[in-house]
Amino acid sequence: MNNGYLDMELLRFTTAGSVDDGKSTLIGRLLYDSKSIFEDQLEAVETASRSRGNEEVNLALLTDGLRAEREQGITIDVAYRYFATPKRKFIIADTPGHIQYTRNMVTGASTADLAIILIDARNGVVEQTVRHSCIASLLGIPFITVCVNKMDLVNYSEEVFLGICQRYETMAHHLGIRAKLLFIPISAKYGDNVVSESENMPWHQGGTLMHILETVSIEHKMGDECEPMRFPVQYVIRPISDKYPDYRAYAGRMSGGVLRIGDRVRILPSGLESTVKSIMQTTMEMSIAHTPESVSVLLEDDIDISRGDMLVSIDKPLPEVTQTLKMHCCWFNEAEMQLRKRYLIRTAVAETVGIVQQIDYRLDINTLEHIKEVNSLKMNDIAVITIKTANPLVVDKYGANRVTGSLVFIDPDSFETVGAGMVI
Amino acid sequence: MYKLTHLKELESESIYVLREVAAQFEKPAILFSGGKDSIVVTYLAYKAFFPAKIPFPLLHIDTGHNFQETLDYRDALVKKLGVQLVVGSVQESIDTGRVKEEKGYNASRNRLQTTTLLDTIEKYKFDACIGGARRDEEKARAKERFFSHRDEFGQWNPKNQRPELWNIFNGRKNMGEHFRVFPISNWTEMDVWQYIYQENIELPSLYFTHERRCFLRDGQWLAAEPCMTLKPSEEVVTRRVRCRTIGDITCTGLTISEANNLEDIIAEIAATRITERGGRADDKRSETAMEDRKKEGYF
Repeated sequence: MNNGYLDMELLRFTTAGSVDDGKSTLIGRLLYDSKSIFEDQLEAVETASRSRGNEEVNLALLTDGLRAEREQGITIDVAYRYFATPKRKFIIADTPGHIQYTRNMVTGASTADLAIILIDARNGVVEQTVRHSCIASLLGIPFITVCVNKMDLVNYSEEVFLGICQRYETMAHHLGIRAKLLFIPISAKYGDNVVSESENMPWHQGGTLMHILETVSIEHKMGDECEPMRFPVQYVIRPISDKYPDYRAYAGRMSGGVLRIGDRVRILPSGLESTVKSIMQTTMEMSIAHTPESVSVLLEDDIDISRGDMLVSIDKPLPEVTQTLKMHCCWFNEAEMQLRKRYLIRTAVAETVGIVQQIDYRLDINTLEHIKEVNSLKMNDIAVITIKTANPLVVDKYGANRVTGSLVFIDPDSFETVGAGMVI
Repeated sequence: MYKLTHLKELESESIYVLREVAAQFEKPAILFSGGKDSIVVTYLAYKAFFPAKIPFPLLHIDTGHNFQETLDYRDALVKKLGVQLVVGSVQESIDTGRVKEEKGYNASRNRLQTTTLLDTIEKYKFDACIGGARRDEEKARAKERFFSHRDEFGQWNPKNQRPELWNIFNGRKNMGEHFRVFPISNWTEMDVWQYIYQENIELPSLYFTHERRCFLRDGQWLAAEPCMTLKPSEEVVTRRVRCRTIGDITCTGLTISEANNLEDIIAEIAATRITERGGRADDKRSETAMEDRKKEGYF
């Protein structure tokens, strides 16, 4: 068998846009042109389209899975789609674009390596473009691919395309977007520049969307030598058997940098230090662990370490150990966020109780206006807030590390996840 | 130069999820069907806690219509790993009147399993059941979370799922509620086979070509086992077949195939144009058959 097959890379991307932008058509096109739709799926969609009285095959039915969605013809939740080319495997987090689904967009964006933002060539940069870009930027997605769609309806005009790019760049500058921007003129309906190069737009030299998806760098996922090492302890492995009487390994997922045998590490929040004795990548002993591998670590010294602690490199910027945190927050629940109410605050591996001390301002994500003197947050609101926690949390700034800089709010009665926070 | 392959990234994510289960729940169990997906999940659990034993039992819901190969494989695996096996019997649920056996040619115990599963969860007080479901399998599963909350009646409420961000998993719950956890949510059928190949994981012989007495129904080959009622027009013949997915006998489609090793199976899957569940009779009952069963508490 061709070994290249086992050697593929994984890219996670998110698509934001509403039905009118042709988002479903674009996803359908990517799946269809990369031959990722199976015959029985296509047949099922054809049958469903016919029974709904649609004349053409409605590719949106491929992504709208839930009964309520099919009935209402809308996407109400994040749907995950999978496809692969010989080069890469892709995971699409397909999220609805309307403002009332901001929380779903945030969810889909949280793990994305790349965001596709769709713009209707006839309308250019609109309020919704600003909102989607703002969320992609807040969630720290490294690449934003702006697809100017429906080029067929503007005569494949380079002038229209360049005008939109320019306006987008101005907006991105104003927003402070740090993501790398890539622009492509496409027609999802006819397939121009999606998987195949467009004959209608020879002036575009930037390649197809698929080319970008297949070649964009994924190095941001892997920690490099210069990056501070982060290892949140998830679980302690203690076999307590005759063969391993005193074995004690700290299991977790590398969340920044690299870790080597012999490295000196600091344990937070206690501040104690030790040296790495051994690294197990599951059943094999390794000399080095890379982000984002799941490994277990044995230390030279017998120190009390448990879930929620973090091993970090000693000579690089340290995370903060703090009970007061300022963050961007997106509220998810119908029950409004209340000042002074107790919430469970959970990071990847630690949990404590906290209260919201103040809402610094709410962000109008359509106009980017800062709205002050706000006393509660409604579902889908995004704001900058300050919280105080009962126990110290070990955190980085979200801009520096998406794993150690993020947290969620859990309602102490219903235990629902009611909000998300990104430390600033 | 370090290379992060898709299989390494997926494996790391799944192991992370399994360790979260061990850290967050008191009494988890692995739902083991004997199919390749639950075998991969069990293998990942072995890796996640090595050198300690897997800290959960395997829970098998036995419809009484299982292939003997599946049961043999299960028993050998349990012995090898040194883990506890818990069996919930659908036959027992029928005998005690908890469920009623379906009648007719297409009778299946597939749906009856839900009651047996929920009864077993309650009996053993399992608070998290780890399954091998994947999001690429079926459209309702495309929206499933890694940590999927179930109410006191074991029901899934797809419209009110907890948002799941980054790698933060919220396993908090009230009394009587439980979770279903799907560590290989992000794997595709191909990823599973590639991983089995890469790690050289042993599989039940059913996955490889073998001679079997079978019959054709609605364009699908099925096994001619005693639990199957044949229509007068249906004829039993011997064919060289293999299973692409294994459920209980009544809903496991057989593929005519000569593939007798993993390379051949992977090549076969790469070339096929029908989804894996295309051979599953249980999904064809309606457009949203899976969603409807999941809401009731199905796997």
